[in-house]
Amino acid sequence: MKITTKLWIGLGVVILLSPLGLLLPEHFKAGAAWGEWGIDEIKKLVGYVPKGLEKLAPLWNAPLPDYAFKGSEGKGLSHLSLAYIISAVVGIAVTVGASLLVGKLLAKKGK
Amino acid sequence: MHIPDGYLGPATSGFFYVAMLPIWTAAARIVKKTLKAKQVPLLAIGAAFSFVIMMFNIPIPGGSTGHAVGGVLAAILLGPWAACIAITVALVVQALLFGDGGITAIGANCFNMAFVLPFMGYYLYKALSRNAPVGSNRRVWAAGVAGYVGLNAAAFLTAVEFGLQPLLHHTADGQALYSPYGLNIAVPAMVGEHLLIFGWIEAIVTALVIKFLQKQAPELLQEGRG
Repeated sequence: MKITTKLWIGLGVVILLSPLGLLLPEHFKAGAAWGEWGIDEIKKLVGYVPKGLEKLAPLWNAPLPDYAFKGSEGKGLSHLSLAYIISAVVGIAVTVGASLLVGKLLAKKGK
Repeated sequence: MHIPDGYLGPATSGFFYVAMLPIWTAAARIVKKTLKAKQVPLLAIGAAFSFVIMMFNIPIPGGSTGHAVGGVLAAILLGPWAACIAITVALVVQALLFGDGGITAIGANCFNMAFVLPFMGYYLYKALSRNAPVGSNRRVWAAGVAGYVGLNAAAFLTAVEFGLQPLLHHTADGQALYSPYGLNIAVPAMVGEHLLIFGWIEAIVTALVIKFLQKQAPELLQEGRG
């Protein structure tokens, strides 16, 4: 088997395991990464919401915010895990597509 | 380590976009010269791996979370410039599709994770594995150390960028306008958790994959890349 084939398979396994990145923090009651708090958390932490942050934070409306479907607050962990896997598949598909395109544009031909 | 929108003031966001422009340009120019057509799938795999490894949030019980980047691994296999491109692609996709990292912070996030991290890791790996045979254990150790230091360097820079915000932007009565914590809090918090936990994840992932490739595809570890 070619090494790239093995690596693609490995990537598939990693995608299936990806919900661990959601479930482990949940299990150990860990919150956001440092410096990546939402507006409400900031207010709790420092007692106010910095004005510029409040204005800029909602700047971008991502289609799959935080690797979940929109409006999935309060949904169960199995729903969130499935959304996480779908996000990984979508994200990897786009990442692979974009980097193949960039690679093809840049790479030397015929080698 | 993905700085969201609203945490950096316009000066910092703008500065890092401007700083990244010549780096992205150089990366495109150098990769154009060095990347072979048959390496393109590896570039895509590197970008995809980096994308997904960042989804593995590791918890500090009752505290925050963090993750590896896989960027030093990409740099060892593709060279630092191609790794810069691969990680940039992953970070842009994360920001646009998943809101992981802000649109305004793409410059800064790329500077930390797609530039400093792979370059630091790559040259450290090079120095530590100098003259070591491709199949040697020294390569595995060098990869681990490079992963650890690369991730921590990126975490340190991210912390400095956060920590400068209250100095740069605040109201007359001392309220921060953007990221609220100064260097005295941001640096120990970010660097501490990465030194203690997340850096080890990057180290282990990098070392294990290099060990796997020594057996499966030693040709990928030959010198003279990048």
